[in-house]
Amino acid sequence: MMTLLFTMDLMLVLEKFLLIGAVISFALVVAMYTTYAERKIAAWMQDRRGPNRAGPFGLLQPVADGVKLFFKEEIIPLASNRFLFVLGPALAMITAMLTSAVIPWGEYIEILGRKISLQIADVNIGILYVFGVVSMGVYGIMIGGWASNNKFSLLAAVRGASQIISYELAMGLSLISLLMMTGSLSLKTIVEQQMNGSWNIIYQPLGFLIFIICVFAECNRTPFDLPEAENELNFGYHQEYSSMKLGLYLFSEYVNMFISSAVMATLFFGGYDIPFVDETALTASLGANLTALFCFLALFAKVLFFLFVFIWVRWTIPRFRYDQLMDLGWKKLIPLALANMIITAVVMLLIKN
Amino acid sequence: MPLSEILFWFLTALALFSALMVVFSDNPIHSVLWLIMVFFAISGHYILMNAQFLAIVNLIVYAGAIMVLFLFVIMLMNMNTDAEPQKSQWMRIAAALSGGALMLVLVAALKDNVGAVSRTSGEGSIGLIRNLGKVLFTDYVLPFEISSVLFLSAMVGAVVLGKREKNTKPVNN
Repeated sequence: MMTLLFTMDLMLVLEKFLLIGAVISFALVVAMYTTYAERKIAAWMQDRRGPNRAGPFGLLQPVADGVKLFFKEEIIPLASNRFLFVLGPALAMITAMLTSAVIPWGEYIEILGRKISLQIADVNIGILYVFGVVSMGVYGIMIGGWASNNKFSLLAAVRGASQIISYELAMGLSLISLLMMTGSLSLKTIVEQQMNGSWNIIYQPLGFLIFIICVFAECNRTPFDLPEAENELNFGYHQEYSSMKLGLYLFSEYVNMFISSAVMATLFFGGYDIPFVDETALTASLGANLTALFCFLALFAKVLFFLFVFIWVRWTIPRFRYDQLMDLGWKKLIPLALANMIITAVVMLLIKN
Repeated sequence: MPLSEILFWFLTALALFSALMVVFSDNPIHSVLWLIMVFFAISGHYILMNAQFLAIVNLIVYAGAIMVLFLFVIMLMNMNTDAEPQKSQWMRIAAALSGGALMLVLVAALKDNVGAVSRTSGEGSIGLIRNLGKVLFTDYVLPFEISSVLFLSAMVGAVVLGKREKNTKPVNN
């Protein structure tokens, strides 16, 4: 891969830059409208109207929120560590974005006879890369919480970090059984296998259940949003933050939700595979570009479904107590993931012989 | 100079500079953050040697898990320059001497093995997950399993140490 990196031509660099720009701006727009969806769905569940003043159906509400955050006064506490205080939200946002690099958003498109892959980087350690970035995500919370020089922020940061580390274990273990079946770490290969066979959710329902619970914990979403438990910790690790630095923290949560929905769709629900449609035949009849568009729409529909699940759960299930959270992670999910791993291994061996 | 060589020297300089900053920073939190930079630089070296698996595992395990625990402890201890205990002059000289001796041993051990480590970039495939897994589970399966038992015993030891004895009540203070 490295030798390829050094000999690649200028067009490839340009193409990748455009793709990265497109993916990131798309992720940001989706995250923006997820905040709107969250408020609308919450309102619907609680029999309210939700935001409906800015624009038709309140559609401009996220824009108004963003503008408000940008124009608020920016306060850096005197006793804080200035550099780390600014670094915290930046890290949170960067790590939220980085994962998008290995997700295949579609097969390829053709522009002027060039085949352009719709994946930023097809590294052969795709899933491990996702894990690496996720484990870096802790630093945004920890550094921000500590640099604020506030006891509540620090407590929330420690909570967040220990929660993320604990659930990372179960997440990794639940994926091992999936990887034993696919035999590859590359997300593109995993999607291609699902396009030719059936979706992984059929073989790994338990693995998916553990994975989605862990994803909720990693994203600090209810029922695992203990780092921002208002009634215990005031406002959580971003208590001292104001203006767009607070905005970045809040926003990175939604970007995280979007990206992890895409990862879940890719790993378990066939990625950009359109159900019951043969993509090669579609490419032959419609051309590569239209097929890529439809594939992308299929992936996007799956992502939207998961985003809805995120919001649905948030407004349905109350928050765990901290010891319950640790109990669930260490004493229930990890043994369950290990059992799933052993069952998968035994069944695979039985089928092979 | 080819790009890989530029990257090599950049990463080397970054690793050495960050390692020095780990030692010279006044604030222990900054030290930990510089140490994370060192791990990133070393992972960059692994990628240059086409060992992507090693690179990312280095990041996940060291930068992502162990350093977070370090950061944890240091943040909760709330160390600052006032709280730092003043060591006597003799202590410092002894520390410098023993540190120097350790460096001497390391240099002596590594001096003859330069050929084994220096590789041209982008070559070699032992660091890829397929090859590494095969080697670990065939040639080195016994040392691999023994080291995992060692980790298990360390874990059990930590749990035993951390467990409250049965008859003692929690102290309220």
